[in-house]
Amino acid sequence: MLKIEGLTAEIDGKQILKGLDLEVPAGEVHAIMGPNGAGKSTLSYVLSGREGYEITGGSVTFHGKDLLAMEPEERAASGLFLAFQYPVELPGVGNATFLRTALNAIRRQRGEPELDAMQFLKLARSRMKELSMPEDMLKRGVNVGFSGGEKKRNEVLQMALLNPSLAILDETDSGLDIDALKIVSEGVNALRGPGFSALVITHYQRLLNYIVPDRVHVLVNGRIAKSGGKELALELEAHGYAEVAA
Amino acid sequence: MPAVTETIETVQSVAEGGYKWGFETDIEMEFAPKGLNEDIVRFISKKKNEPGWLLEWRLKAFAIWQKMEEPDWAAVNYPRIDYQDAYYYAAPVQKAKPKSLDEVDPELLKTYAKLGIPLKEQAILAGVEGAGESPSDAAEGGRMPIAIDAVFDSVSVATTFKDRLEKEGIIFCAISEAVQNHPELVRQYLGSVVPQADNFFAALNCAVFTDGSFVYIPKGVKCPMELSTYFRINAKSTGQFERTLIIADEGSTVSYLEGCTAPMRDENQLHAAVVELVALDDASIKYSTVQNWYPGDAEGKGGIYNFVTKRAACRGKRSKVSWTQVETGSAITWKYPSCILQGDDSVGEFYSVAITNNRQQADTGTKMFHIGKNTRSTIISKGISAGFGQNTYRGLVRIGAKATGARNFTQCDSLLIGDQCGAHTVPYIENRCISAKVEHEATTSRIAEDQLFYCRQRGLSEEEAVGLIVNGFCREVLKELPMEFAVEAQKLLQISLEGSVG
Ligand SMILES: Nc1ncnc2c1ncn2[C@@H]1O[C@H](COP(=O)(O)OP(=O)(O)OP(=O)(O)O)[C@@H](O)[C@H]1O
Ligand SMILES: [Mg+2]
Repeated sequence: MLKIEGLTAEIDGKQILKGLDLEVPAGEVHAIMGPNGAGKSTLSYVLSGREGYEITGGSVTFHGKDLLAMEPEERAASGLFLAFQYPVELPGVGNATFLRTALNAIRRQRGEPELDAMQFLKLARSRMKELSMPEDMLKRGVNVGFSGGEKKRNEVLQMALLNPSLAILDETDSGLDIDALKIVSEGVNALRGPGFSALVITHYQRLLNYIVPDRVHVLVNGRIAKSGGKELALELEAHGYAEVAA
Repeated sequence: MPAVTETIETVQSVAEGGYKWGFETDIEMEFAPKGLNEDIVRFISKKKNEPGWLLEWRLKAFAIWQKMEEPDWAAVNYPRIDYQDAYYYAAPVQKAKPKSLDEVDPELLKTYAKLGIPLKEQAILAGVEGAGESPSDAAEGGRMPIAIDAVFDSVSVATTFKDRLEKEGIIFCAISEAVQNHPELVRQYLGSVVPQADNFFAALNCAVFTDGSFVYIPKGVKCPMELSTYFRINAKSTGQFERTLIIADEGSTVSYLEGCTAPMRDENQLHAAVVELVALDDASIKYSTVQNWYPGDAEGKGGIYNFVTKRAACRGKRSKVSWTQVETGSAITWKYPSCILQGDDSVGEFYSVAITNNRQQADTGTKMFHIGKNTRSTIISKGISAGFGQNTYRGLVRIGAKATGARNFTQCDSLLIGDQCGAHTVPYIENRCISAKVEHEATTSRIAEDQLFYCRQRGLSEEEAVGLIVNGFCREVLKELPMEFAVEAQKLLQISLEGSVG
């Protein structure tokens, strides 16, 4: 489903990804762990098509297509979703307006009928209930004045609505309290199935107790230094990156 | 279909790009000879069967205009206008003004239908019965009927809901009709806010104005529906000089909307309107504009020169005037809707969105004259520049020596899209009163890369993303518009910015 081969990328002339190989089969959830500055967020931006990153080598195929040749919105319409490490504020843009515009933009690109305001509200309300989000978050500006945890929950709400085939969660667990962590994890687990894959970027093994990964990869210095089963996360927690990935 | 949905759907159907209001109606027209002189002024006055005092008033204005110089202080550049190379009167040929809508030329009705302006009362009436009694009630229900005065080139061709309004004592008609039927009101107020000698374009308007709307709301009456004038320039080489006069008597309330479009032409056409508002004790006027005159093409060819004088006199105690404008069209916009806050405790508001894309230029803002005690004014201006557009906010806040306790708050925000455009803020503050308080805030920003990327990651195209972010930027102003207009305005903002990114 997602296949990354020998990916190298730089930003402002500085090489960050240095020959990265990774394959995520359909239906699997893979965790990526690694030290600060290793290139985890960079990988997520390169996969989702953010400007400013120069791809200097390698290839990425997604559902058999050349992902790197697509515009960001085409990648989104093909099913790629990124839950941002730092969700962006859009002052004055109502959260409901944003979510509905996004959902309909994707539905339109997929040739599906758009949802009207009532249909959308019904859908949004039920998803919000599952994520224990207060309804007034629909009326507020996108991420404006949201607490750190609320922003992360809002990312997961968007994921639940857009129903992607590949979700990249960049430290979605950071800043969540214990209850929120469980709720968010349930949100992710609810999507799990043969048509859903995820790349879960995290620093904490704890998250992986809730979202149990099929594979764990250690990203160090722009490369996958080690891969293994879920027990690798425990090993990392106990011994640190230096020892495990050496 | 209710007016609202019809309008919205029409806008949606045209929303796939470009200026979609640019078609021309093929209809037999009557013109005055080209050029401008005393005879033309007399011709117009005669056409309108005006009383002697009005002809004298026009001629005086013409004499003043001839001695005036075209102003050059605004930050706009355009070739000299040849005032002799235009028609000053153009009207669809019809016997007399139609008594009822059934008599209106079907070509005209079609034009307005195509523009999404419903002139069919019956179709809209279904929505009337359920509407609430006060404008705010009805607005919440979102089903406010709108009474419309349709001005086609130089004349008003139809006014809807007149009978219903008359029952409340409200006068809503073409100003040329008001001259005939309510001469005492017109004579008392015409030119009382914007006198003939006010400025070059106003003087020109006084001499040659052809039509426009007249509104009088009697004492204590809350106008039960939105009043709206829809201006359409159709004829070639023709200037449009409309004149609007709104009088809100003591304790009355009215919300008035104004919309406008014009065909796409290579030539520039002049539009020099004058709007005068008078609010007496405890009266309140809300005046909203969605200005969508043809902006010219991407290279700056053609488009309307929009030189407009709008001013409100808050004469009464506790009177209130609120201007809201969304300026997306015109090649050049020169416009400063103002408030003269004479009455103690009177309130003036100015909410503005101005977009300049491609080669458009806008120099717009407001003037707030604080004369009475405890007068308050609020100015919120949102300027958006894209392409090679130039956008200037020019505002004056003047507080007189006797305006104790006066307050003003001004906020000017500019948003730049691309690096070839410009945004300028020119605030003038003149405060002669120690106890007055004046606050001014200004920001200039660009659409951040991370905001665009965030939207695109969620599936929005770059243009949709810009539209959404711009609408967010303008929210404080858009929320002041009546609901029906707000939806249209949002779509218009996005359409106006097409081609500005990528
Ligand atoms: N615009 C930039 N110019 C130069 N270096 C950059 C730029 N953006 C990111 N980097 C560098 O790229 C490296 C990788 O950053 P990235 O955000 O991908 O790390 P990460 O693995 O997500 O770290 P963390 O765990 O702290 O989130 C870092 O050293 C960072 O400083
Ligand atoms: Mg990171």
